[in-house]
Amino acid sequence: MSNKIWNPERECMRRADLEALQLAELKDLVDYCDRNVPFYHKRLQEAGVTADKIKCLSDIQYIPYTTKQDLRDNYPFGLFSVPKKDLVRIHASSGTTGNPTVVGYTREDLDNWSEQVARIVTAAGATDETVVQICFGYGMFTGALGLHYGLERIGATVVPTSSGNTEKQLKFMRDFETDAVVATPSYCLYLAEAAHELADKFPMEQYKLSLGLLGSEGCTPEMRTQIEERWGNGFFVTDNYGMSELNGPGMSGECRCRNGMHICEDHFLCEIIDAASGQVLDKGATGELVVTNLTKRAIPMLRYRTKDITNINYEPCACGRTTARMHKIIGRSDDMLKIRGVNVFPSQVESALIGIDQISPHYQLVVRREGFADTLEVRVEMIDGSLLEKYGELEALQRRIHHAIKTILGIEIKVSLVEPKTIERFTGKAKRVIDLRNQ
Amino acid sequence: MFIKQISIFIENKAGRLAEITAMLAAEGIDIRALSISDTTDFGILRLIVNDPPKAEKLLRDKGLTFSITNVIAVGLPDRPGGLAEVMQALAGSGISVEYMYAFLTPQQRRRACIIMRVEDTEKTLQVLQQARVETLREEEVYSL
Ligand SMILES: [Zn+2]
Repeated sequence: MSNKIWNPERECMRRADLEALQLAELKDLVDYCDRNVPFYHKRLQEAGVTADKIKCLSDIQYIPYTTKQDLRDNYPFGLFSVPKKDLVRIHASSGTTGNPTVVGYTREDLDNWSEQVARIVTAAGATDETVVQICFGYGMFTGALGLHYGLERIGATVVPTSSGNTEKQLKFMRDFETDAVVATPSYCLYLAEAAHELADKFPMEQYKLSLGLLGSEGCTPEMRTQIEERWGNGFFVTDNYGMSELNGPGMSGECRCRNGMHICEDHFLCEIIDAASGQVLDKGATGELVVTNLTKRAIPMLRYRTKDITNINYEPCACGRTTARMHKIIGRSDDMLKIRGVNVFPSQVESALIGIDQISPHYQLVVRREGFADTLEVRVEMIDGSLLEKYGELEALQRRIHHAIKTILGIEIKVSLVEPKTIERFTGKAKRVIDLRNQ
Repeated sequence: MFIKQISIFIENKAGRLAEITAMLAAEGIDIRALSISDTTDFGILRLIVNDPPKAEKLLRDKGLTFSITNVIAVGLPDRPGGLAEVMQALAGSGISVEYMYAFLTPQQRRRACIIMRVEDTEKTLQVLQQARVETLREEEVYSL
C-alpha cells in the first residue's frame, strides 16, 4: 500500500513556516469576514478586533466563537459572503431540531475541499490506481460528494454506488475488483457479513478490497478490528473527520501509522477549549475542538465550536508529515458530565462495555450528590442466564464491569446489574444520563 | 431423577418478588419450593414449580433473565442425624454441594425435602442410591 504524501510542501512544513502561513491566512480571513459578512462585522466590532490588531496566532482568542445556533439563526444564507451567483454548490445538514444548517461553496472553496480530501485519502493509502466505491448516500449530505471530488483529484477510479442495494454493491466489488470502500463503519461491517452469507456462490477470495475510508459515525477500536477481520485479506480501516460547516470530510484523516488524524493545518487552525468556560486550553489538553477554516470563503467559519471532544498532538509523525494529529473523537461536549472535577463522557462508558457479552448494549448513567460528593452509578442489563448457577459469577461480572469502567474514567463508580428491558429505550438519540444533582 | 429448577435474576427492589410470583400465579403455575439469595442490589430467585415448560415459556415471553438447571430432591430420613448422613455420604465421595434449600411436603407422609444443586448430578445420584437415601422423582415433586 502506498506511503505517498499528496502535498509534501504543505504537509511536511516546518512548524515555524506553517504558523507564519496560518497567521497571514488568519489576518486575510478576518479582514474578509469584516468586509463581507455583516454578522461577522458586527461580532468583530463588538469584540474590538480588526485584522491589523492580530499580531500572533494566540490573538485569535479575542475573536468570538461561532456556533451551530448562529447558522440556524441566520438560515439560510445569513452567514454567506457572496451572492448566489458565485456559489457553485450548496449542501445542508439534516437538522433534527429547527432549521437545517446550510453551507455553500465558491469554485475556489470546492477546489480547496478537494485538495484537503486528496491529502487524507492519499494518507490512508489510496492512489491513482485505486478503484473506490462510495457507499455514502449522495444528496445534501457532504460525505459522498466530498470524498468523490477528492478521490477524483488523486486520479482514483470512483464508483458512485451510493448507499443501499447491498447485493449490487458486492457484485460491483467483485466485478470491478474494487480496492477501497467509502462507507460508515456499520455499513462496511454489514457488507462484510452479507459477503460471507453469499460465500457459497461467491467465495471471499473474489473480493480485492484492501482499504476502508470509514467515517460519518464513530468507530471504536473493537469495531475496527471486527471489520478488518470480517473482510480479512489485510483489509485496512482508516478514520477521517470533518463536518459540513467546515466543508465536509477532509479536515483530518489517519495515515498508515493510524496514530491520530492529520489535520490540513494550512486550511484549518485548531484550538482546544474548555467546553464549560470557553477558556482556551494548553496544547495537548483534552477539550472541545474549535476550528477556524482559514481558506473558506462562501461561508467563512471563525472559531467554529464543533462540540467534539478531542486532543491534538503536535509531534511530527513517523509517516513524514509534520501536520498535527487529532485524537479520534472522545465524545460530544453536550454529553459531557463533570463528576468530582473529572470530565466523563457516556461514550467512554460505552467503549468499556463493548466485549462484555453478558449484558445488553443498553446502559444508563445516574449521577447523584451524596453529602458533598458526586456519585456515578452505571446501570447495565444482565441478560446471561448461565451466570445464575453460581452467585459468585454474578459478583465477578459486576467486578469486571466495575474495573473496565473505572480504568477508563479514573473515578470511583457503582455498577448495578438490572433486569432486561428495565432501562428505558429511546428512539433517536438515547438518553443515557440521569443527573439528579440539582434536585 | 432430576428436578427442573428455575433461577431468575431479580433486582432487589420493593415489590419485585410479589410481581414475579403474581405473574406465575396468573398463569396457573404453582410454586413448590423457593429460595432467594441476594445482596443489597440484586438476587437470584430459585423456584421449583409444577409446570416447568409453561413457566419457561412465560419467563421467555416476559423477557426475564433466567436459567433452567437439573437439581436433586432428597427425601430426608425422619430421624436425628438424617441430614448429616446424607452430607457425609456426599463428602466421602468428593461431591460438594453448591447450594441447597429445604421444604416440608404437605401430604400425609410428612417429611423434609432437600433441593440440592451439585456439579455432577449423575454421580451424586449414584452415591445417594448406594447410601440408600431416597430421591424424589420429577412427577412426585411437581405434583406435591
Ligand atoms: Zn502520519
